[in-house]
Amino acid sequence: MVADPARVKPEQEVAIECSAHDHELLLLEWLDALIYEMATRRMLFSRFDVAIEEGRLRARAFGETVDVARHQPAVEVKGATCTELSVTRGEDGVWSAQCVVDV
Amino acid sequence: MDVSRLERVGECAWRFAPQGAMRAPVVLYATRELLERMDDKVLEQASNVATLPGIVGASYAMPDAHWGYGFPIGGVAAFDPDEGVVSAGGVGFDISCGVRCLLTSLREEEVRARQKELADALFAKIPAGVGSTGRLRLSGREMDAMLAGGARWAVEKGHGDPRDLERVEERGSMAGAEPEHVSQKAKERQRDQVGTLGSGNHYLEVQKVAGISDAKTAGVFGLREGEVVVSIHCGSRGLGHQVGTDYLKEMLAEARERGIRLPERELACAPIASAVGRRYLGAMRAGMNCAMANRQVLTSLVRQVFAAVLPKARLELLYDVSHNTCKEELHEVAGTMRRLFVHRKGATRAFGPGHAELPEDLRPEGQPVLIGGSMGTSSWVLAGTAEGERLAFSSACHGAGRDMSRTEAARRWNGRDVLRDLEARGILIRSPSPRGIAEEAPGAYKDVSEVVEATERAGLARKVARLEPLVCVKG
Repeated sequence: MVADPARVKPEQEVAIECSAHDHELLLLEWLDALIYEMATRRMLFSRFDVAIEEGRLRARAFGETVDVARHQPAVEVKGATCTELSVTRGEDGVWSAQCVVDV
Repeated sequence: MDVSRLERVGECAWRFAPQGAMRAPVVLYATRELLERMDDKVLEQASNVATLPGIVGASYAMPDAHWGYGFPIGGVAAFDPDEGVVSAGGVGFDISCGVRCLLTSLREEEVRARQKELADALFAKIPAGVGSTGRLRLSGREMDAMLAGGARWAVEKGHGDPRDLERVEERGSMAGAEPEHVSQKAKERQRDQVGTLGSGNHYLEVQKVAGISDAKTAGVFGLREGEVVVSIHCGSRGLGHQVGTDYLKEMLAEARERGIRLPERELACAPIASAVGRRYLGAMRAGMNCAMANRQVLTSLVRQVFAAVLPKARLELLYDVSHNTCKEELHEVAGTMRRLFVHRKGATRAFGPGHAELPEDLRPEGQPVLIGGSMGTSSWVLAGTAEGERLAFSSACHGAGRDMSRTEAARRWNGRDVLRDLEARGILIRSPSPRGIAEEAPGAYKDVSEVVEATERAGLARKVARLEPLVCVKG
C-alpha cells in the first residue's frame, strides 16, 4: 500500500484522459497516468470519478499533496506492469480489474 | 521449486532442457536448499525468456532469483545483434539501479563516537522517501546534458572528483545514450529528482568491514577489517521508471506487429535491429546515465556530511555497479568472440581478472561486485572470476532477494519495533516511513550470505569482504 486512502483528503482535483484498444491496456494506461500525476505533482489520491466510453477513459482524481508525517507513505510506484493484468465481468455483472504494479 | 525436473550439471548449477518453444536451455545457479525455496515461477519465467528470438547460450538465473515481471529478477539473457531482441522488461523499470561503495579510511570506533550525529546529519542532507525532491532543478538543456553525460556530467558540475569516474562502470558515462528518445513525461518526472534516494529497498548505509575473505584482493580494493565504508543503493528514479513504462507499451505493439510470440505480455520486446529497439537502447542508456549521475550527486552530499561531522575522513570511490541493464559486450561463445546484448535484471556484471574494461589498478583482481543486503543485515564485496565468462557471460547475483511480500511483512512487523531492535544491536535507522521500515524488515529477505555462498560455489564471483551496517538511511 502506498498510503491509507482514509488519510488522504480529496480536496484537489486533477483531470485525466487516456485511451486503449482493449480493457486491459486501458487499465494499464489509467494506472500509468495516475502514477505520473502522483510523481510530478507529488500528490496522493483517494477518490475517483471515472467514465469509459468506446475505449476512451475520462476521469477526475481527487487528492492532496503528500504530507509525509500525516500520510506515512511507504513506497512510490514505479509503473504498472502486464503481470496478472486482467479486467473481467462476472456472471453477476460485477467488474473486477487487477494489475501488479512495480514498487 | 521442484528440483527433480532439473539436471544437476555442477555443485551449484542446474539445467532445464529446452522444451516446447524454448530455443535454449535454462541454467540456474544455486544450492539445492536455495532452489527448493525458490518460487516455481522463476523456472517458468526463465523458460519463457528462452523462447525469445536470438537468445545465445542459455537463459540464466542467479542464486537470488525471484519472481519478476516477465523476466525473473536475478535473470541474465544475451541476444545476437542481428537475430535477437531487446526487452524493456528484461532490464526492469528501475534502469541501472545499482550499488556504489565509498571507502572512508575511518575506524569503526571513530564513527561510533559520532554515530548518532552522523545518522541525523545524513538523514537531513539526503533526500529520501516518497515526495522528496533534490536540490537541483534541471532545465531542458541541462537534463539532456545529464542524460548524455552521466556521472561525468555530475563531476563536471562540481559534484565530485574526476578520479571518481575511473571507479564507475563505463567510466561513469554510457556511450550511445540518446536523450531525444526519452519522452518529455520521463524528463518531467526527473526534473527535481537528481540526487534523491527514492523509496522501497533503496538505502544509504554506513558500514564496517566485518570480515575479510581474501586479504590480497581486499588490500587492492582498499578494504581493511574494522574500517568504515558507505554504500549507496538507488537507481534512475522517475525517469527510468517512465522510460520502462513508455517502451513496454511500444514493444507490446512492435512484438505483435512482427509476429513474435510472447508467452506473457510482460516479455514485450523488439528486434535489436528495429527502429523501436534502437530507440529503446538510446533511451535506456540515457536512463543508465541518469542513475550514475544520481549516485554521483548523492556521493557529493555524503562527502559534505562527513566533512562536517568527521572531517578526518577521505571518501574515495571503491566502485559503482549497475544491476538492471542491457549492455552490448564482447563474449566468447564456442571459441568465437561475439558481440552480444546482455540483459541483466537484478544481476551484476562481474568481469574476471585482466578484463580491459576494469581500471588498471583493480584489473589483476577482477571487477568489484557489490552485493547489497537488506536493512540491518550484512552486505558483501565480491570479485569477478575468469570462469564467470563461461558460466553466465560474467554475471553474478545482486542482493538478498525478498522472501515475503510487503503486505505480509507489514502484517508481521511494526516499524517502530524493528527500529528499536536494530538500535539495540548498534544499528541506527533513519527513515520518514515506519511502514516502509516494517516492509523492509530484515526477516522479509533471504539470507544474503547464503546467496553469496552459492554465488562463490557456483564460480560466478568470489568473496572478498563482508560488511555490517552502523547507520542506514531508508527511503
